[in-house]
Amino acid sequence: MMTDFPPGIILIAGAFLVPFFKGKTRSLYTILLPAATFFYISQISSGNAGAIHFFGFDLTLLRADKLSKVFGYIFTLNAFAAFIYASYLKDSAHHMAALVYIGSSLGVVFAGDLVSLYFFWETMAVASTFLILARRTPKAQEAAMRYILIHIFGGLLLLAGIILHITQTGSVAFGPMADRNPATWLILIGILVNAAAPPFSAWLSDAYPESTVVGGVILSAYTTKTAVYTLVRGFPGWEILVVVGCVMTLYGIIYALLENDMRRILAYSIINQVGFMVTGVGIGTAMSLNGSVAHAFCHIIYKALLWMSAGSVLYMTGKSRCTDLGGLYKTMPWTLIFGAVGALSISSFPATSGFTSKSLIIDGAVQSHLFWVWLILEIASAGVFLHAGIKFPYFVFFAKDRGLRPGETHLSMLTAMGFMSFLCIFLGLYPQPLYDLLPFEVSYQAYTFHHVMSQLQLLMFSALVFFLFLPLLKRTETISLDTDWFYRKGGRLFYRFMARTLNPINAVCEQFFIGGLVRIVAHLFRDIIARLSLFVMVTFWMLTGLRGERLRMKKLNLYADVMGGTCPVGLGAAAATAFLVLVFVLM
Amino acid sequence: MDPKKEFDFFDRPKVIRGLWISLYVVCGLLIIPDFFSRAEPHFGLDGFLGFYALLGFVSCSVLILFSKAVGLLLKKREDYYDD
Repeated sequence: MMTDFPPGIILIAGAFLVPFFKGKTRSLYTILLPAATFFYISQISSGNAGAIHFFGFDLTLLRADKLSKVFGYIFTLNAFAAFIYASYLKDSAHHMAALVYIGSSLGVVFAGDLVSLYFFWETMAVASTFLILARRTPKAQEAAMRYILIHIFGGLLLLAGIILHITQTGSVAFGPMADRNPATWLILIGILVNAAAPPFSAWLSDAYPESTVVGGVILSAYTTKTAVYTLVRGFPGWEILVVVGCVMTLYGIIYALLENDMRRILAYSIINQVGFMVTGVGIGTAMSLNGSVAHAFCHIIYKALLWMSAGSVLYMTGKSRCTDLGGLYKTMPWTLIFGAVGALSISSFPATSGFTSKSLIIDGAVQSHLFWVWLILEIASAGVFLHAGIKFPYFVFFAKDRGLRPGETHLSMLTAMGFMSFLCIFLGLYPQPLYDLLPFEVSYQAYTFHHVMSQLQLLMFSALVFFLFLPLLKRTETISLDTDWFYRKGGRLFYRFMARTLNPINAVCEQFFIGGLVRIVAHLFRDIIARLSLFVMVTFWMLTGLRGERLRMKKLNLYADVMGGTCPVGLGAAAATAFLVLVFVLM
Repeated sequence: MDPKKEFDFFDRPKVIRGLWISLYVVCGLLIIPDFFSRAEPHFGLDGFLGFYALLGFVSCSVLILFSKAVGLLLKKREDYYDD
């Protein structure tokens, strides 16, 4: 089999054929495309291929190893499920944007060099913006604008770092970054923007909840997880990532607890979950890196499932705020059950995929004897159950009955959710197939009696706290200020501040210089010349014997002529000649 | 749908009471094995009786109270960003 072209190309090229299909054929086509890509990835043998020469760089479009392949599998698997979910859609632009976005994310994980990685990185940013714009609301348009601006900012940091790195090392190859210099730091920050690490995280919670129903499902998987991939590949063992990751886990929880919009709760829980992965990369041992990869794998499945469940609710009710939702268990039981599987998985409940993947990261921290990291990850695990595990299903499906009776959602949506739920439980009970795909050899047993018991204790007491504190958790019709305040409100305030301070200064300056000074100077220049002329001419006239009324008239006329600039030409010429004679004499 | 036949299991006060009781019972039962056998502690702290239960309880309480506190500062009306 020919295996020297990057798998992402199948989806990107396939995207341009979407308009040629209609109705069910199109749905089938978009479902089969990622399935075919999945199969193709399984056939790729390890090694580098797809070498092209581009502007003096030797690019490697296809680097296949265990790390890139495992991300390739989950990206195409998730795309498969997402397109099943999306088969109710009639908008072909949507499918095209999604396919280019997913194809580029595959481009990133199979890129062997920094130049092609950057190319696919930016293509992802552009294509994904259309999934937000496709909602076609003014709010979505504004959010999409902010989203693309932040990604351009992150992309430029990445580009600056890549250019510096290539000039320093003379190589475009992308591998573990050993040196810590401005180049690698810039690359790291550029990647962390896409990983939604605070303070560059607000784009995610701002834009994803404004995307379409399907857009949210697709967006939740790729941007942050390609960032996790690049971190695993390029920055394993960078201690700063432990700190960044731990902050992300807690940050996501606090904000998810404050939020009212169900999809914004899920957006914040992405930040929380990616925090676990980033921490695993920072710890940098085989166990923790495996953990980050496994967790990314499982996370994509259960997070897509949660977004699917929330998307179904939004699709059926048109509402996404907890204050508008509640009591939906009566009419959307399947959406609830599938959503609950996702909620339990994200909370690492035993028998779900989160339990078999997150434990690798936490165990990685324990084996490296990192007490504080371990403690924060355990606290964050408890917090996940609080905000995503219980809060999301409780306020949407139970809590207060708002009288909504939407009925069960589309069959295609239920099918996709059923498939993802199956994967969550399958990988929870039997994680070995996933462990076999991980970049390092694993011998890990998640199911020990003590591990299960300690996890159940942690989670059930978190649940107890949730219900005991329920009055405090009552939803309010509010939004929460995040770092996007600085460019949403801050930008406006800055503008206003500048307008209020600079405009008055401008006005005063204009009054003083244009209105006052210039006029005075202009007047003076004319006046001085007039007076000089008068001085010369009056002396001359006096000498010639002119006196009285006639002299006065002559003075007035001369003054008016010079001030008005209406001197006879001969007079001006005479004055100029006199001046020249004077200069000649003086020299 | 006929409202009389509607599935309202989780709205019934009896069921809610039952769920509360079972939550307490499950939490209680989960502590019991700790009396007999606990995992080899790695950091010392994690070897205490009911450590994970306490950790879950305390950390979640603190998280909720903390978020409530920062919420006073960060929560704004929904039209906050509108002109």
